[in-house]
Amino acid sequence: MEGAALLGRLTWQFGDVVDLVEETAHVKTLVLDVPAWPGHRAGQHVDVRLTAEDGYQAERSYSIASAPSGTRLELTVERLDDGEVSPYLTDELRPGDKLELRGPVGGYFVWEPSVGGPVLLVGGGSGAVPLMAMIRERAAAGSDVDMRLLLSSRGWEEIVYRDELARLTGDGLVVVHTLTRSQPDGWSGYARRVDSEMLAEVGPAAKDQPHVYVCGPTPFVEAVANALVGVGHEPHEIKTERFGPTGG
Amino acid sequence: MSFVSRGFQGRRRQDADPSRVPPGQYVTPDYPVLSAGPTPHTALETWDFSIGGEIDDPQRWSWEEFRALPSEEVTVDIHCVTKWSKLDTSWRGVSIDTLLENAQTSAEYVTQYSDGGYTTNVPLADVTGGKAWIVYEYDGEPLEAEHGGPARMLLPHLYFWKSAKWIRGLRLQSEDEPGFWETNGYNNYGDPWKEQRYWGD
Amino acid sequence: MDALMLDGNAVAGLLQEVFGAEMTTAIGTCAACGASAAVGAVHVFRGAGVVLRCPTCGRVLAKIVERRTQVCVDLSGLRALATDGVEGGELSL
Repeated sequence: MEGAALLGRLTWQFGDVVDLVEETAHVKTLVLDVPAWPGHRAGQHVDVRLTAEDGYQAERSYSIASAPSGTRLELTVERLDDGEVSPYLTDELRPGDKLELRGPVGGYFVWEPSVGGPVLLVGGGSGAVPLMAMIRERAAAGSDVDMRLLLSSRGWEEIVYRDELARLTGDGLVVVHTLTRSQPDGWSGYARRVDSEMLAEVGPAAKDQPHVYVCGPTPFVEAVANALVGVGHEPHEIKTERFGPTGG
Repeated sequence: MSFVSRGFQGRRRQDADPSRVPPGQYVTPDYPVLSAGPTPHTALETWDFSIGGEIDDPQRWSWEEFRALPSEEVTVDIHCVTKWSKLDTSWRGVSIDTLLENAQTSAEYVTQYSDGGYTTNVPLADVTGGKAWIVYEYDGEPLEAEHGGPARMLLPHLYFWKSAKWIRGLRLQSEDEPGFWETNGYNNYGDPWKEQRYWGD
Repeated sequence: MDALMLDGNAVAGLLQEVFGAEMTTAIGTCAACGASAAVGAVHVFRGAGVVLRCPTCGRVLAKIVERRTQVCVDLSGLRALATDGVEGGELSL
């Protein structure tokens, strides 16, 4: 069994860091070229493994931000001040470095045009990443499926992919922001945590049976999932992906 | 392995006197939280601690009664099977010797059981003779729920999964009963100095 | 609800290594309460090993321990596990 490249089994492989793009003050996108990349679906993630000189290893999962595109892979990483891995990825990594990863992983939290719509995406903070892959995939496929993103961020400057989301808006894509901690002068949009009322206003209505994807920190996902059920969405139509600390 | 992630150091790791660090461990000043399930939140009014099983005189203490028992402060090193060691941790609690003072038993094994269903097994000889405590304070403060409060076992000479968080009692038995992790790959005894992490170690 | 809790997506890579197939879309049935859920939706905790719990009743569905070169899996909390896209893919346990 050892060394056999069995169909379905994951293997660790290397990606080359091509570029690092600052999205916000705390968030960076790593642009990688992964020569053996088999392709992926929007919503999937990779497991990243770092190895120190003394052999110590740390592993974390990161959602793929990019739509499938040959050997190119983008990972968007939020720098956590007390994090073990994220500060390395956002502050230390440079073009030319190699990153060990395996993937793509996941099948549950996935959207592709064949799934159809309408689609409701609800993201909190870095929960936006897999949702952005879905939005980019929709755009790349030229799909006009009714897709709505409700994105919760702390403030205007903390909105990840803000400008690109504005550019992609239209042709069936609606983007709604809620800013929970601070709002720019003249802000007339939502300024609170996601709740049932907001979800009912953003829609689609539960009776339209949208495919719903919720992603973000566990407390966010729990609150949003409950609020969605509160406005009539069926639990089995709601797909969730929780982000959080990995403990030890 | 030959690949090294250029410039990666990892979580803060401290240098320490090697005689205090079991094989394969890294010393950290952090206190990572690891859990097999959601954090229980047991009200002190309903909390109690029991010693039962094959014992002539089963005992139970309410929170007030437990806190009235003679307690001591201990400073020990702890070693988690996930490779983290934390040195000079300080706790306050009741020695298992105190709890078993009047116990008449021929049992050789103990099962620790906790709120949430976690269990772990140890020989009775490993919790007696000044080797184990039920502790309710860490670093001078009441033990936080996510670290096992109101009270947890402190059994520092074995890997820390043998120190049950949210402990509610000890069951004395003549048969050894492998617990939550011992039934799924982890070593039945768990001596960090012999690196007994898994079955067959 | 525990802030430390994640879901089956967080262990997708591990499960794929163990089972040789994508498992987050597999449907697990809880042996304790009978509820079914996609593995991607079950609750995941990291203790000394990985613990999968039923999102309906909270009981343990599975435990996974990585022991050096092997993985030890206890599936006794699952009554059944039905994988996606595998012929006759319902596994009764």
